[in-house]
Amino acid sequence: MNDHAVANPLASSALVPPLTVAVFFVVAAVFASLLWGAGPIGPADALKALIGQGSEEARFVIMELRLPRTAIAVVTGLALAVAGALLQALTRNPLAEPGLLGVSGGSAFAVTLAVMLGASSATLTTVVAQVGALAGCSLVMLATRSRGLATDPVRLVLAGATVTGLLLSLTSVLMLADQRAADEIRFWITGSIAGTPFSHLKAVLPSLAVAGVLVVMVAAPLAAMSLGERAALGLGHKPGRIRLLVLVAVALLVGGATALAGPLVFAGLVVPFIARAIGGPDIRKTLWLCLPIGPTLLLVADTLARIIGAPAELPLGVITALLGAPVLLYIVRSGRMPTL
Amino acid sequence: MNHSANTAENLFTPPPLAARDLSMTHGRRPVISALNLELPPGKVTAIVGPNGCGKSTLLNGLARVHAPASGAVLLDGKNIHSLPSREVARQLALLPQDNSAPEGLTVADLIRFGRQPHQGFLRRWTEQDQAILEQAILSADLAGLADRPLDTLSGGQRQRAWIAMSIAQQTPLLLLDEPTSALDLGHQIEVFELIRDLARQGKTVAMVVHDLVSASRYADHLIAMVDGQIIAQGAPSEILEPALIHQLYGVHCEIYRDPADGTPVLVNLRKCL
Repeated sequence: MNDHAVANPLASSALVPPLTVAVFFVVAAVFASLLWGAGPIGPADALKALIGQGSEEARFVIMELRLPRTAIAVVTGLALAVAGALLQALTRNPLAEPGLLGVSGGSAFAVTLAVMLGASSATLTTVVAQVGALAGCSLVMLATRSRGLATDPVRLVLAGATVTGLLLSLTSVLMLADQRAADEIRFWITGSIAGTPFSHLKAVLPSLAVAGVLVVMVAAPLAAMSLGERAALGLGHKPGRIRLLVLVAVALLVGGATALAGPLVFAGLVVPFIARAIGGPDIRKTLWLCLPIGPTLLLVADTLARIIGAPAELPLGVITALLGAPVLLYIVRSGRMPTL
Repeated sequence: MNHSANTAENLFTPPPLAARDLSMTHGRRPVISALNLELPPGKVTAIVGPNGCGKSTLLNGLARVHAPASGAVLLDGKNIHSLPSREVARQLALLPQDNSAPEGLTVADLIRFGRQPHQGFLRRWTEQDQAILEQAILSADLAGLADRPLDTLSGGQRQRAWIAMSIAQQTPLLLLDEPTSALDLGHQIEVFELIRDLARQGKTVAMVVHDLVSASRYADHLIAMVDGQIIAQGAPSEILEPALIHQLYGVHCEIYRDPADGTPVLVNLRKCL
């Protein structure tokens, strides 16, 4: 190699091949999600229904059930993956995952409380979920300021798991106290998009769009913050403001995802982990790669949830946990934790 | 706006950086009180003093990392905290002590960050940025290492990569907090000589340095601090006297001149009885 030749960065085409492959996977996963289900409509019937042929029943199942569900899986996967990547960059901890750290738990608890108090509109649920997530996020950031938790990634996750456990127990207590609310959220609370109505997606999209704008704004400064706060400041960024914007973005994303799918653990861990393995440590590349990988993971998990125990369904959260737990163990056991 | 023309001009006449009645605190504890100072343009200034004298606090104050309790830091006559941070970053680069890089980040990745203050929202990497990146790599003598992850380099190479980031930032002013603190002698010299090169090109440099001997060898101007006050400043060969050393560190010594270049050398150091 010539000494002068220095590869051109982000703006260049280094990300195009992996992104192309990843987009191919998303498309394949979308089709899988449309073609396979727990019910009797098989791939052949589903294909016919997609092009407007086949039985009335098949068309209904595909267009009214599987299509919205697929869209919800795409959005949830995207939101959780991006939120995980952001939270990991912010805490500089590769294990910082919204589900593990109690952000999703806070969100779910808030929603349960709201449902008990009679909230029923999708918009309200979304806002409540996001406020709960923001509270959870703030708690995480406070914890990272405390000695011991700041420097040890595993201890932060332990603290987060404790908070998550506590919040989910409290949620169970609430559910015991109110049978009506319990029936309403029983499946959702284990992490599932089986019964999520399409209206919920519409309610969540605007705030996710806001989060998207925030992510575009903070991506470059957040990358600089991986060099240390003072270095980022020296480059003209405002670390305090960046942290706040990232926190709000994470809360909007996790709250939105939780409103749709319940408290899902591990999606925000596995996807950024894969993205970093492909694209390296720069958060901007991680975020780009999360866009296709997140939806792929959730679509595959949701499709599996439908067909493993067909005609019954497993909760999506069970599948993401099954996929995610080995990755967590692998990272923790890989001896040296990668620094972010 | 053409930044390159702008910066080239600035490199010849760096904007003055000064502290006016600057007081700084750590929580409630006063660290620096009513300090006045102006960095000599185009020179290397070393800030020295015993641990806890406030030299790093002063540097962080000059770099707008911490806000003053009272007084002001003036960049080109304007209060540095009233200027947009990005604008300051085009004038003044900072190499903090607590920097760190994520695992796997390459030398070129790091240096690219130096272009951030010049890049607008969503602005793409330009030919000009690429040329500046390559120039920074050459200036810091990192050719051939550009694609190496930082964690595979020697301490001296790594520190030169960080300095190269500040070179890519193309600022007329450069502040460094203990740039050689963790380095062995060979690597220290590597880094100090790079810093001298930058001053030769017209940059105003200020650095906190722990080692008085290196400070006097590589700096044009010494600022000696005790208890948050400047007790002496000037050319090292003029101000370094046994009395000053005693005031700074509470030790006795004699001062010889390096026969090669007249740099003061401390000998026969001993504790006061």
